[in-house]
Amino acid sequence: MVENIIEVERLSKSFNISSKDPGLRGTLKHFFNRETKSVKVIKNINFQIKEGEIIGFLGANGAGKTTILKMLCGLIVPSEGSISVSGCLPYRRREGFLKNITLIMGQKQQLIWDLPPIESFYLNASIYDIDKFEAKRRIKKLSDMLEIEDELYIPVRKLSLGQRMKSELLAALIHKPKILFLDEPTLGLDINAQRNLREFLKAYNNENNATICLTSHYMKDITSLCKRVICVHNGSISYDGKLEKLLKKLSPVKEVLIVCSSEKDANKLDNSGFKVKSKVKNEITLKIENRNVSSSLRTILNNYDIEDLFINEPPIDEIIEKILVKKKYTF
Amino acid sequence: MRKIFTLLKVQYSNMLEYRVEIALWAVSGIIPFFMLNIWTNNNLNEAININNIMLSRYFLSAFFVRQFSVVWVVFSFEEDALLGKLSPYIIQPLNPFFRYFTQHIAEQITRFPFALIIAFLFFLFNPESIWFPNLIFLFLSFISTFLSFLIQFLIQSIIACLCFWTEKASSIERLFFIPTLFLSGLLAPVASFPKYVKSWIYFTPFPYLIDFPANLLSGNKTNISEGFIMQIFWILLLFPLFTKIWYEGTKKYTAMGS
Repeated sequence: MVENIIEVERLSKSFNISSKDPGLRGTLKHFFNRETKSVKVIKNINFQIKEGEIIGFLGANGAGKTTILKMLCGLIVPSEGSISVSGCLPYRRREGFLKNITLIMGQKQQLIWDLPPIESFYLNASIYDIDKFEAKRRIKKLSDMLEIEDELYIPVRKLSLGQRMKSELLAALIHKPKILFLDEPTLGLDINAQRNLREFLKAYNNENNATICLTSHYMKDITSLCKRVICVHNGSISYDGKLEKLLKKLSPVKEVLIVCSSEKDANKLDNSGFKVKSKVKNEITLKIENRNVSSSLRTILNNYDIEDLFINEPPIDEIIEKILVKKKYTF
Repeated sequence: MRKIFTLLKVQYSNMLEYRVEIALWAVSGIIPFFMLNIWTNNNLNEAININNIMLSRYFLSAFFVRQFSVVWVVFSFEEDALLGKLSPYIIQPLNPFFRYFTQHIAEQITRFPFALIIAFLFFLFNPESIWFPNLIFLFLSFISTFLSFLIQFLIQSIIACLCFWTEKASSIERLFFIPTLFLSGLLAPVASFPKYVKSWIYFTPFPYLIDFPANLLSGNKTNISEGFIMQIFWILLLFPLFTKIWYEGTKKYTAMGS
């Protein structure tokens, strides 16, 4: 049986935030009598993650996804509740724990800006007590996987965003961590670079049985990497389970594109009582509930003259949009 | 040690990218030469029983000590903490302050040739001041300069950690710079201070930052054992204070900007 590598119980985090009214009066008031209030950004959440799982954290901006990752990797201390990652309390930042994890933030970099990435790689290798020979072997392997062999000796400031992100990934993975915390790792990358990064993460997960916790606003990252997602809404977990189940629940309909032999047939179908999404000349797209798909198709095939037919799932982005605004999902 | 050595190598490579900037920093540290000019032109040295030659050697030594003990960790740390750049380093198995520490050492190594050029120019205009320090005193002044650097690094690191609470810790450092400037011996040898100042100043860390190492290097009279004891005393006092404030501060870290 696969064991839980991450266990979170009744976890909460509050921040003291000061607010300021606009204008000179507000500024003076803020200077002499600063008002701060405690804002609970994570509210009593519970979840477990098994070794080797890839979990996607979904939620709107400010929902609390990054705060959860920061607590899991030990960057910030929880206000209440307990966290166990690989059997350790993350915020104590013991050496054994730190050698087991990595955090990659899409908009932050740890590479030394004016030097080639290879210098940062060897530096990280020595920080993690990896000998030079082993470091060289790992750099070779990871740079092959990431296809950045040619960029290793070029100063970081001269690299493109995609090349830099790959180098960041290599720097963060040189110590072969078992748990990866990735906060928007594909932010700002073009489609090819995003795809390459996803392929790399899949391969890394397969090869090392690594656990990956991922936040991303690119839905493709989530759908191609994660079987399980945790939806965060206003600091609470609104859904924790299989992505597939969530998508089915949120998209109880299929989209059926029918190419009729004439526009007249399409008009007839338009007035036949089916829910129509769109109609362009002789092409009409219907929204049919999953449970009625076969009977509806039988009716259409028997009563209308059609040339072609396509059955599609609604676009994933539309479904995910619903996740970001909904508070709670119960199945 | 291997980690520190690798860090030092990398930071040195990085500093070499900024060699022009470092040369300018070295030049910007010539306050002691201005002070020398003021002292000698006004015959102020007569009041403290130091002749012109010894005084010029003192200020040249003060220049060298300052070059190799200047600290700016608070400014780098504050920026890194406020912009969230600290986050990746804080979860690595090496205290991030080692990065700043090796940055300073690397910068000092880079500065060294420029400081030598400035000293050469100084001797060119003041040939009567040329001297070759006794090797033992040279070694002792090297050690005391390093200890002075450690004291200043620890003080600034403690101030830097306050940005976990106040966000703008560098303003506290600016306040602290005033007594450092006036009481360390950068503007005048501590021997020239009024009696009542001398009665308490040796209980503070300031005279051990510039005055003590500069006196050792220039061959001026100084109490060597007391100087070293006080330098070590301040390091032993400041180090646990720094570790405590770092430990408490990181609990407050909110990883802003990320």
